[in-house]
Amino acid sequence: MRTTHIESVKTENPTTKTYTFTDKQCAKAKPGQFLMLWIPTIDEIPLSIMNTEDNTVSVTVKALGDATRHLHQMKKSDIVGVRGPFGNSFTETNGKVLLVGGGTGTAPLLYLAKQLAVTTKRLSFIMGAKTRKELLFLNQLEPLCTEPPTSTTEDGTYGLKCLATQPLEQLLAEKGKTKIDVVYACGPERMIREVFNLTEKYHVHMEASLERLMRCGIGLCGSCVIGKYRVCKDGPVFNSAQLREVKDELGISKLGFDGNRIPV
Amino acid sequence: MGYPNPTVVQVNCGIINAMGLPNPGIAEYASEISFTKTVITVPLIVSVYGYSAEEYAEVAKTAAKAGADAVELNVSCPHVKETGSEIGQNPKLLTQVVREVKAATSKPVIVKLSPNVTDIVELARAATKAGADALTAVNTVRAIAIDAETALPVLSNTRGGLSGPAIKPIALRAVYDIYEQVDTSIFGCGGITTWQDAVEFLLAGASAVQIGTAIATRNPTVFKAVNRGVTAYLKKKKFRSVKEIVGQAHRS
Repeated sequence: MRTTHIESVKTENPTTKTYTFTDKQCAKAKPGQFLMLWIPTIDEIPLSIMNTEDNTVSVTVKALGDATRHLHQMKKSDIVGVRGPFGNSFTETNGKVLLVGGGTGTAPLLYLAKQLAVTTKRLSFIMGAKTRKELLFLNQLEPLCTEPPTSTTEDGTYGLKCLATQPLEQLLAEKGKTKIDVVYACGPERMIREVFNLTEKYHVHMEASLERLMRCGIGLCGSCVIGKYRVCKDGPVFNSAQLREVKDELGISKLGFDGNRIPV
Repeated sequence: MGYPNPTVVQVNCGIINAMGLPNPGIAEYASEISFTKTVITVPLIVSVYGYSAEEYAEVAKTAAKAGADAVELNVSCPHVKETGSEIGQNPKLLTQVVREVKAATSKPVIVKLSPNVTDIVELARAATKAGADALTAVNTVRAIAIDAETALPVLSNTRGGLSGPAIKPIALRAVYDIYEQVDTSIFGCGGITTWQDAVEFLLAGASAVQIGTAIATRNPTVFKAVNRGVTAYLKKKKFRSVKEIVGQAHRS
């Protein structure tokens, strides 16, 4: 466990904040990798890496449970513990790509988009959220994309009033020169399942970053297994072939705190 | 049953864990055991824990019924509330648990011993006398991690069990001592990462070895790598079987 001081806290929206701190090892993380963040005396949780710069690393956190609510109370120069970076990363490509982010799942995709913007011919982005206030990073995503990002909200307060998967089908249906080669997705697992179903329908390759309850983060304890895979070590990024192998669980069930099977 | 995080902390040459045995219990595991038996070709040993002799027997019985080829009694987990390390540290309690489990199942019963005792041979003898078919030496070594910056213990459970290369020499000595003084079969366990480690445990007196922490530091492929290395070692030294080197280090 390495401890470090929070260098900055940025409020992204009413429920979400981005924390930046110095950590040389995590500053070398690739898009898709995660770290374990220790909130002293409270908990230690897995968080996707949203950005790295020189010796610093950033994570974007929505206040949801006990640990994240405590983290939201923390300020600049408070101490946190860090382990990682852990897991695999998204595969880089130079083709035509589409990124689908749901809620804070947009964070690792923003990091990925920064890298893909250099190499890809087409970079589209669909960002879905419950409501306007929860949309993330639109200003940062816009200059990276080759076409204006599509926003969807469930309540229709901004962009299209639908789930992120609705405009996805239209984009996947495109043929010819603009045809999408790869879809990258991160967000709620039921959204990922739907993205998977659509990419299968249109025969487009995809990669998704999955989330599970994590304890050790190093492939030992089995808390985060999906099918034959450990999300912390074999993932968190899985491709179409792997998602096919775990489709009986994807978006359906997972292991709970006591190792019992619960709905996603 | 599990503890909140942090449950694992990486330290020099090993890891300290205090998971708290997070699992849904034997009722749910029974179906997992039955399913596993349909997809594997190797023997399945189920680790058993309980809060009383009766509970150990009940869990062991259910596991055996579900298809377990043997049960290993975890009487040495150093970080579970209430019982703590007590059963594995107390020859009388240990005898009681082993007898109860032996009466409940006809499958082989293995006892995983704790290194957190003054004389591990005494406990090895008690378990064997009570009917244990084999022993595993050793479980994790009691440990703690403290963070200097926050001046706090890192694990939510404060104390945990140290595993990995840091405890290998301790485990090796335990196996050596037990082999010397107790007539039983031993699973060597503690920090085994390479085939050389495995060979050392066999030479000390283990008939087989277990690997845990190296799954994290290497990969699940560590099992194949160790097996290959041991096979090559036997061939090079002109032994026909692992059996021929078990306890070899005692010949002097």
